[in-house]
Amino acid sequence: MKFDLSEKQAMMKKLFREFAINEVEPIAADVDEEERFPEETVKKMAEIGMMGIPFESKYGGSDGDTLSYVIAVEELSKACGTTGVILSAHTSLACNPIYTYGTEEQKQKYLIPLTRGEKLGAFGLTEPNAGTDAATQQTVAVPEGDFYRINGTKIFITNGGYADTYVIFAMTDKSKGNRGISCFILESDMEGFSIGKTEHKLGIKGSSTTELIFKDIMVPKENLLGPIGKGFRIAMETLDGGRIGIAAQALGIAQGSLDQAIKYVKERKQFGKPLSAFQNTQFTIADLQTKIDAARLLVYRAAYMKDKKYNFATEAAMAKLFASEVAMEVTTKSIQLHGGYGYTRDYPVERMFRDAKITEIYEGTSEVQKMVIASSVLR
Amino acid sequence: MNILVLLKQVPDTTEMQIDKEKGTLIREGVPTITNPDDLAGLEMALRLKEKTGAKVTCITMGPPQAKNMLRELFAMGADDGILISDRAFAGADTWATSNTLAAFIKQIPYDLIIAGRQAIDGDTAQVGPQTAEKLGIPQITYVDDVIEFSDKKIVVKKALENTYEVLECELPCVITTLSTIAKPRYMRVRGISHAFERDIRTVGFDDLNIDPSIIGLKGSPTKVKKTFTKEVHQNLDVLHLDGKASARKVAEILLDMNFIGK
Repeated sequence: MKFDLSEKQAMMKKLFREFAINEVEPIAADVDEEERFPEETVKKMAEIGMMGIPFESKYGGSDGDTLSYVIAVEELSKACGTTGVILSAHTSLACNPIYTYGTEEQKQKYLIPLTRGEKLGAFGLTEPNAGTDAATQQTVAVPEGDFYRINGTKIFITNGGYADTYVIFAMTDKSKGNRGISCFILESDMEGFSIGKTEHKLGIKGSSTTELIFKDIMVPKENLLGPIGKGFRIAMETLDGGRIGIAAQALGIAQGSLDQAIKYVKERKQFGKPLSAFQNTQFTIADLQTKIDAARLLVYRAAYMKDKKYNFATEAAMAKLFASEVAMEVTTKSIQLHGGYGYTRDYPVERMFRDAKITEIYEGTSEVQKMVIASSVLR
Repeated sequence: MNILVLLKQVPDTTEMQIDKEKGTLIREGVPTITNPDDLAGLEMALRLKEKTGAKVTCITMGPPQAKNMLRELFAMGADDGILISDRAFAGADTWATSNTLAAFIKQIPYDLIIAGRQAIDGDTAQVGPQTAEKLGIPQITYVDDVIEFSDKKIVVKKALENTYEVLECELPCVITTLSTIAKPRYMRVRGISHAFERDIRTVGFDDLNIDPSIIGLKGSPTKVKKTFTKEVHQNLDVLHLDGKASARKVAEILLDMNFIGK
């Protein structure tokens, strides 16, 4: 058993860290304050090959692995949770299903522009009445000649409005329940495709979260992704992979927040000595770093298993469950370590605390992760 | 066209400490970086490559771990990397280093050699110029921009203290670059993915036709007796002049320093 990154992965980490420090951290507070989608950062990530890290270069990717991609999300999220989720949703939820289930033509047409970062990707499963109960899809796709006519509404779509390519789910046979769901690739410029309400959120404010409205979109049959009726399975398997990305985001937010707290307690003096000299501070930081390290091992293990093509669904759920709860605890205590200053927007821990909460909710709530884990453990 | 870039792996001096007894830098356990002036020189080389299709070869002399630096340079876009490394070369001062570099460079084709102005550890700014001398080719130091580059000549902007010179030089030649010449690009993710598949040629003593008495520690005429931090003395001229005379004086000084023209 090895716990070292390979030389290659270590070099990736160095690159992502430099990139995050130079390009992401300086604008993170403004992106949050202005609720602004950092388009310029996406462009810069594309330039160096970050938009297609774990895919082969024949499909426009960077020939890296899942662990390198996870490290990228982690390093970005240390500085800015918004940027972390933009990359995670694009890579795990849009590129990955097209890579995994797409035909050669679909990969050529849709995957390559995504991995090159010429286009941005998004994923649409959730509906107003289909959240955790994702099988209750009301979006319908009805065959008409060489097309499917798609009608419906999706909500809470990450990268909504900024993405060009959307992997979405719709009922092709209502009588079959789960097995009546199919997956389609939509383009933002298709007639009948529009963006509805934009959500105003507690955190990850620069990430665009919108409603998608499909009104009589005529989607060519070649845009069906995977076999007809296999949409639910595609959605669940895609989310298994997505959870590793969100776990990495949570991990990054946690470490970024603790790094800020460590810096602060070394500088801040009360009762004639730095806060770091008090044993309460020391013990708190020891506990938090230990939990973050445990989370990192879970996240890296899940990524490693995906790379090895093992079944990783349970491990991905464990990584996300644990890392997101650690992120909440660490960001809460990081504010406490900052005292009153931590509650203000003058220090980044306030933003990190708000950013952390969503990691317990999206791509499967903590409760869903426990369902996944329990069903595997109690089998 | 062949561009050679000379680079050095140096300790990250922001975390540098000096052994007070020996007067030498403590290198153990200090993270290393590619010397900033050299990295800027590589960026310039890569930009010239994009314009002309020239091949960019990175050359470094140092211990075996300098291979990792070369891999990072591959990930930025360098075409080739050569490590000059041998116990016989260890402990070299700038004179012995440039002897070694020149002995190797004589064996390979080149049109332009780019070296960083100086390394942040030794700060001598000597290796680039000495290498040019030993190769018997012209050199331009303190280059802040390349204005023109063809297979015959190069036109550069050389920075002096208060002014610039535009100089034209026939190829082959050596230029030494300031860190301001070009902001180094990031490595590319795909470049990293393939950097470890690339061959790095290691050149040792046996590969060079060189007199052993002019290399390594034994071949180094420089002996460090003492290192110390220079005290800063400021010479302040205080003049008491009326309005017109003071304006004239200020103009005179600015003119003298080339900040304004006549």
